[in-house]
Amino acid sequence: MTNSLLKISNVDISLPEGSERLLAVENLCIDLAPGETLCIVGESGSGKSLTARALMGLLPAPHVKVSQGQIDFCGEDLTKVTERRLREIRGSEISMIFQEPMTALNPVMTIGSQIDEIFRYHVSMSAAERRERAIQLLDDVQLPDPAQIVNSYPHELSGGQRQRAMIAMALALEPKILIADEPTTALDVTTQAQILKLISDMQAEHQTGVLFITHDFGVVADIADRVAVMQYGHVVETGTVDKVLNNPEHPYTQALISAVPSLLPRSARARSEETVLEVKNVNKTFGGGSSFFKFGKPSRVVDAVKDVTIELRRGETLGVVGESGSGKSTLARCIIRLMDSDSGQIILNEVNICDLNRAEMRPWRAKIQMVFQDPFASLNPRVKIGQIIRQGPIIQGATQEEAEARTLELLEIVGLDERAFNRYPHEFSGGQRQRIGIARALALNPEILVADEPVSALDVSIQAQILSLLDEIRTKMNLSMVFITHDLRVAAQVCDRLAVMRYGEIVETGATADIFDSPQHSYTRDLLAAVPGQHWER
Amino acid sequence: MNRSNKILHYVARRLMQGIPIILAIVVMNFFLLNLAEGDAVDVLAGEAGSATPEYMEKMRAKFGLDQPLPVQLAVYLKNVVQLDLGYSFRHEMPVHELIFDRFGATLLLMTSTIIIAVGFGILLGLLAAVNLNTWKDALISVFALITYATPLFWVGLMMIIVFSIKNDWFPTSGMENSAAFYEGFDRVKDIAHHLVLPTITLSLFYLALYTRMMRASMLEQYGQDYVVTARAKGLSERRITFVHVLRNALLPVVTMAGVQVGALIGGSVIVESVFAWPGLGMLAFESLFARDLNLLLGIFLLSSVLVVAVNLVVDVIYCILDPRIEVN
Repeated sequence: MTNSLLKISNVDISLPEGSERLLAVENLCIDLAPGETLCIVGESGSGKSLTARALMGLLPAPHVKVSQGQIDFCGEDLTKVTERRLREIRGSEISMIFQEPMTALNPVMTIGSQIDEIFRYHVSMSAAERRERAIQLLDDVQLPDPAQIVNSYPHELSGGQRQRAMIAMALALEPKILIADEPTTALDVTTQAQILKLISDMQAEHQTGVLFITHDFGVVADIADRVAVMQYGHVVETGTVDKVLNNPEHPYTQALISAVPSLLPRSARARSEETVLEVKNVNKTFGGGSSFFKFGKPSRVVDAVKDVTIELRRGETLGVVGESGSGKSTLARCIIRLMDSDSGQIILNEVNICDLNRAEMRPWRAKIQMVFQDPFASLNPRVKIGQIIRQGPIIQGATQEEAEARTLELLEIVGLDERAFNRYPHEFSGGQRQRIGIARALALNPEILVADEPVSALDVSIQAQILSLLDEIRTKMNLSMVFITHDLRVAAQVCDRLAVMRYGEIVETGATADIFDSPQHSYTRDLLAAVPGQHWER
Repeated sequence: MNRSNKILHYVARRLMQGIPIILAIVVMNFFLLNLAEGDAVDVLAGEAGSATPEYMEKMRAKFGLDQPLPVQLAVYLKNVVQLDLGYSFRHEMPVHELIFDRFGATLLLMTSTIIIAVGFGILLGLLAAVNLNTWKDALISVFALITYATPLFWVGLMMIIVFSIKNDWFPTSGMENSAAFYEGFDRVKDIAHHLVLPTITLSLFYLALYTRMMRASMLEQYGQDYVVTARAKGLSERRITFVHVLRNALLPVVTMAGVQVGALIGGSVIVESVFAWPGLGMLAFESLFARDLNLLLGIFLLSSVLVVAVNLVVDVIYCILDPRIEVN
């Protein structure tokens, strides 16, 4: 291509000795034209983020470096230019936005002064001019009241607003290339839709070439012109978005795409008549404590869960969906009584477990178990797997031998080798750890499983495996499940019924298929409309 | 309400809260000190060599020591509220005069120590972090380790041996050369000259602590995402270090420094003894053995006021450094 902005040819990125593999990225060839969006898709560890860093000369030198190949940017080889020239290019000709907008901004500097730095370093303008430009930029990314936001600190903005400010910063000098490293992964789905639209609007206006790194095929379907799929540091397939998504050639691409959950809800199953869990008018508020000696006003009160009523029938999976801060996790914690609700009833087998004290609660704990979101943080790193799983039954009165037999059986059920028994959590991958988490929850033969975002920390192919495992167990043990998720695609594939939460309240409940077909509440409609990649159905 | 106004309100409220805290400390100190065997009369009588029980009773009645403890406490509290710290029977002077006489010396020593320890600690930590894994970093780390591990009194004695006795660069003890009757600037110079060794001795330990903390804090901040953002904006390493990283890295050091001001008063007892520095530490040490409880309580009261005040100052500095801290 003659008018290409960027041409990466035969690039190798080497890792320090003793790493899992020698090269993070091997023989990479990619090009990008003005106004084009190239999506790099891959699972964690595929080398996609390092590729982005390499373009900016931001690899953590001297351990990780480009060991071979050229990165041709408008006639200059970025692997050869001086550090000084690289600094000129960064921020003015190539700029970058990151995944986590909270940590990517300096917490102790105002948004305005962080934008200001770009002008100070790359062009000469008076302070007043720079400030005016900064306000103009914040206005361009549709932030409300830019004159005020320019003096705000990052913590005073929401996640979406911060990401807008990041984009304003990145586009300040109209760069030729914008590198976006998972810029919407940490955002809610409605915010994600807005940010994606903003990026494509900005791109159309300035003819920017966008290198967009993501793991989400829905996003790819919405924004990409071309796609490069990476696996273990290799680009296994490149092509137009239409070709890669609809006629993938490489087996890995095919596997990845088939692992993306469909938005078409599964056909509904017959609903049992037996209610296993009833949550009636449960409330939970946070804050409201007053300061020492009652000086000053009490701090603000947040209604995390507000008058929530749900019913779970035997064998059913109830999905609780909503965006961050909607109170889904708080509800889950109240249900299993990791947290005490302020008022309301939680009725399990006709007993209101809210009234039970610690000792009385203990036998009930076995009936209701939880699977946590983060498979890395939720297993004690100093305790062997066997012990993690065995502990529960022993506390509930099983003998050592019974508990051990049960543990081995469970390891088999969740698809792990029995040698796992004597190993520590760090020896396992994320997906394997989530299997351990599930085995731990199942060890007590619970009637109800509360799963709090059990797959959102996992790659899409692993996610598919865990979901099918949960499915299998559910049928085998006739488990009832409360499944908390923010991902409507996952919800469509797992849940029989859905409860949609916003600001601590349930705005709509119903059978999954009904909610997907004819959402009643406007918020549900917004949520469904914001799911990326709707027009693409594999 | 804007931020500076909010901070003013906050300071006013904290000062109000400080009063009950200080009174509580006074009560606790009172009971703790009375747990010790013996009183001022025992010590005075012992020193006199001969005193009849009747005479001791009379002295106790005169000092008010024959009253039950709660009554003594009530009287003391009433006096404290009226800003009267009582009378030292040993020194035959009002307590507040004794204390204020010595307070200046201690304040001078503490202030110079804090400035040296925090200032150089931050500087050395910064240097070590910027030159990570080079000989400079190694040198600073070894220096910090050695000073951290060396006892205060030993450093003080070695300082005197090396710099006063062998080399005669600095005076061995005292705060000024009282025989010289210096006036004006000459006196300032003389006091500064006397101040050098005690300050270095007292600050070395804290200097090591802050150096290590600052280095760790800088390294932690270098790993943060916003540093990558700053690099991606094309900023120079110098600006990233001094504008982005430094301010964030200072936060834990400031917190630690505030907490340790109280400990510094304790440390100054040793240094004041070694260098015969006429400060509160010496006075407290003497009055403890004389069972001069009024004086001791007065010194403790002043120390607690100091700690409360310094904590408030640190909190305000923290608010200014870190906009995320909400004052309300």
